[in-house]
Amino acid sequence: MDYLHDLHSFLPGIIVAIAGLTVIMLDAFKKSIALSYSVAVFGLGIATLVAIQSLFGDTGTAFSGMIVYGGIGSFGTVIVLLGSLFCVIISKDYLSDFDLHNGEVYAMVLFSVTGMLGLAVSNDLITLFISLETMSICLYVLAGLMKNEKAGAEAALKYFLLGAFSTGFLLYGIALIYGATGQTNLIEIAAVAEPTLLFFAGSALLLVGIFFKIAAVPFHMWTPDVYQGTPTTLTAFMATAAKSATFVAFILVLTRMLPDSEAGDWTNVIQVVAIITMIVGNLIALAQDNVKRMLAYSSIAHAGYLMVGLAAGTAAGYTGVLYYLFAYTLMNVGAFGVIAYYERNHGLDFTQIESYAGLGFKMPVMGVMLSVFLFSLAGIPPLVGFVGKYYVFAAAVQAGLIPLAIIGVLASAASVYYYLRVMVYLYFKEAHKDYTLKQPGFMFKTTLIILAVLTIYYGVEPVLPTSGLIELISSYYSI
Amino acid sequence: MEFLLNLTIYFPLLGVLAFLFIKNDNAVKWTSLVVTSVTFLISLPLLFNFDVANSAVPQYLTEGSPILTGMDIKYLVGLDGLSLLLFMLTTLFGPIVILSSWNSVNKSLIGYYSMLLILQTASLGVFASLDLVVFYVFFELSLIPMYFLIGIWGGSDKIRATIKFFIYTLVGSLIMLVALIYLGFNAGAATGVYQFSADWRFISSPDYMIGLVEQTWLFLAFALAFCIKVPLFPFHTWLPYAHTEAPTAGSVVLAAIMLKLGTYGLIRVCMTVFPNAFMEFAPLMAILAVIGIIYGALVAMVQKDVKKLVAYSSVSHLGFVVLGIFAFNTIAVQGAIIQMINHGLSTGALFLIVGMIYDRRHTRMISDFGGIAKKMPVFAVMFMIATLASIGLPGLNGFIGEFLILNGSFFSTLYANKAYAVIAALGVILAAVYMLWMYQRVMFGPINNEENEKLIDLNGREIGLLIPLVIFMVWIGIRPVDFTKYSEEWVESFISMSEEKSVAIIQNADTENLPDWTAKFYNLHEGHSETEFALKDE
Repeated sequence: MDYLHDLHSFLPGIIVAIAGLTVIMLDAFKKSIALSYSVAVFGLGIATLVAIQSLFGDTGTAFSGMIVYGGIGSFGTVIVLLGSLFCVIISKDYLSDFDLHNGEVYAMVLFSVTGMLGLAVSNDLITLFISLETMSICLYVLAGLMKNEKAGAEAALKYFLLGAFSTGFLLYGIALIYGATGQTNLIEIAAVAEPTLLFFAGSALLLVGIFFKIAAVPFHMWTPDVYQGTPTTLTAFMATAAKSATFVAFILVLTRMLPDSEAGDWTNVIQVVAIITMIVGNLIALAQDNVKRMLAYSSIAHAGYLMVGLAAGTAAGYTGVLYYLFAYTLMNVGAFGVIAYYERNHGLDFTQIESYAGLGFKMPVMGVMLSVFLFSLAGIPPLVGFVGKYYVFAAAVQAGLIPLAIIGVLASAASVYYYLRVMVYLYFKEAHKDYTLKQPGFMFKTTLIILAVLTIYYGVEPVLPTSGLIELISSYYSI
Repeated sequence: MEFLLNLTIYFPLLGVLAFLFIKNDNAVKWTSLVVTSVTFLISLPLLFNFDVANSAVPQYLTEGSPILTGMDIKYLVGLDGLSLLLFMLTTLFGPIVILSSWNSVNKSLIGYYSMLLILQTASLGVFASLDLVVFYVFFELSLIPMYFLIGIWGGSDKIRATIKFFIYTLVGSLIMLVALIYLGFNAGAATGVYQFSADWRFISSPDYMIGLVEQTWLFLAFALAFCIKVPLFPFHTWLPYAHTEAPTAGSVVLAAIMLKLGTYGLIRVCMTVFPNAFMEFAPLMAILAVIGIIYGALVAMVQKDVKKLVAYSSVSHLGFVVLGIFAFNTIAVQGAIIQMINHGLSTGALFLIVGMIYDRRHTRMISDFGGIAKKMPVFAVMFMIATLASIGLPGLNGFIGEFLILNGSFFSTLYANKAYAVIAALGVILAAVYMLWMYQRVMFGPINNEENEKLIDLNGREIGLLIPLVIFMVWIGIRPVDFTKYSEEWVESFISMSEEKSVAIIQNADTENLPDWTAKFYNLHEGHSETEFALKDE
């Protein structure tokens, strides 16, 4: 039946939503955090498996064209779910160390994942808007989790106010597009779009809303404060899952609603935004002494690299962006995870880079893993970050955007300095005092090790006989 | 044999894996020594079975499948006449480097030896890979272990030195990456099958003729990356820092192996793929090389620190290699290739020797020494041989390389000016001045410093690790043909091929639509460009 088919095509989202409701109910009637946590992990795990299965299935639209399934949507779903799953697992130890460990946290995470999954498959501006709001409202709550600290309150308020403002832009854009075309479905909009002022204005406002969510310059002002004030493992969640979902939605909008035509050529705009995002993100990151702020600016810069792929506007470009999102999720969750581990040791302020002096030798596993993640973020081969950057820049070169690619690699050369700086403190500086680090929990450590192994594995995977990830992604592009 | 090549490249990584189960310091050292020695031993059949007559054709090929339909990026390794000797030099230095740090490194041994082993794999990978993307990956991978070697186990100003080294090299290679991607798409279009091709065998072959405009930019991008790595004047400023601050083993690998990645790249990519740009830029590169030779020598002369002196002498010596490469005739390029090996042997040995004396006295200042020869006779002999080899005394290896390079440059049609060779020859004289003067101040004269009275001569380990280097210095000096034969066929066929290719590219050039500067730069004048070029080529 159609009805069952529709439900099946959004199965991961439904599973996550049910898990979220279960967590809320459990929390209301049976205050067991362990149980809430298990339900969250279990729900995300099952959803991930279902989503991975759908990677290889057929593609199409469901719910009367409101969502797409299979293909890019499935891949986006998998990235979001994997990122969330890793973040939830490392959150447990971290949050309980900071007395923030409540069942509601998992409920909020699960609901926002539901929103992200909707975003990653949206084929209609209404789906896009509702999913984006579901995701964002939960994230506003999570940003304010450390409500007794100044930074936490600042993060929540700033995120909420600016987020609400940007949603206004987005919604206004949708309204104008509807006014211009009489449609909200992406494909149908593309079919009737005329290069009118109304349509241009609508698309521009829609893009502003999206640029805000992916933290592209000049809509990035909220990012450093929010990332800094949010509990670190949830920062990882925002920086990876939320960003990946929005980027997938961005690709869907670009490929389905604004295909190459007079009415929808935003390549130049995206190119300019990409350039300033890369430059501003990297330059400001150079000056940061707070590691979380540094990673916040670095994630702005990474949004810039991702937009290089979008600016190329070719199948290779979108393939590169999806691969990059996967790479970015692995290495960024990993990097935030190790920082979260250091933060769990009280006594020093482990968001400040000075506190990292000599830590690399105290807990060698964690030090080595942080180095792997940071080298990968810096795009040094043979790690997954390099492969991602390679695909994105290759697409730009192929599309003839050579100056863009050159600015991109130069920006990423600058970025190496601040990533290296963390390692300088970890390994090259003398330790402050006789400071002992606590043992990471088993699951915490295992999750990070898995991420590190994947970061290395996917860095060499392209030349292995088993290579297939990029083949898989590129097979989606017959749009 | 194919398997043996792969095994040689990745065997050092097994040692790193073994460290997961080893906690004892001595066991770590012995494991590294065994692993690198086995790597050297299993690489020997690659040398003995090498088909010398066909050295222009890559041998022991392993070819993977393309990563993506239409994207011809694949795992492709093999050895040819250009890479074989450098590959062997790298495996030879493996155990020597491990032995050199036996007693001098005490801080986190597992990390230290892991870095050396990863560096070994990375360098072997660069020399063996024939796919340019794989080449790039190994090229970059070699940065990470060196970064940590200098940063953790280095001297007092290690952080500045290692960051300077890393960022400097990285900027060059990232620009190369963009060029590489462009080249890949350009070459892919020429195959007619692929969108992208990074297979060096195709890119360097006459089937792929790259346009003049593209060639100019790509040459500049690649040459910049390689010249920073070499390092060619004026990109050399990172080198003295890195060398001085690096631990002995780091300096040895840096000098003997990693600097060669640059000169190797110049021949492997710039010469074979961009022949026209290579020829037109040759005089400029030669000027930079000659400046480097003289400048490096003059700066070396005034150094107070032995290690810094040797570091600046590298700038000077590698200037010779670059001069030889761009002279673009069989004699000079052959000389450049053998000089890469020579520089590895003699400068490697010099850094080892500086390390040995540093272990004993914890100083490298020339003024702290004097009269050591009386206390350390064996050391004096070894030091003397390495010094003379570095100067280029006939009968030792340095002479062969420098002689061939100067000889080739003198008659080079590209330079068309004997001044380059003449001025460069001054560098040989200057080398004698700074090296012998340094040797005299360190080794001879009265012992003024009480501490030097207590010096003990080299022990068995130290002699053992210098002996193989000395043997090769003498061997190359006396019978160079045993070594030059490997690259002879390669050099001859690729020089003539590149020449033919450059003529063909000019002939096929669409002179009408080329920008003015290209026409001017490549001396294309409407109508009579072909004849003129052919004449010039004669």
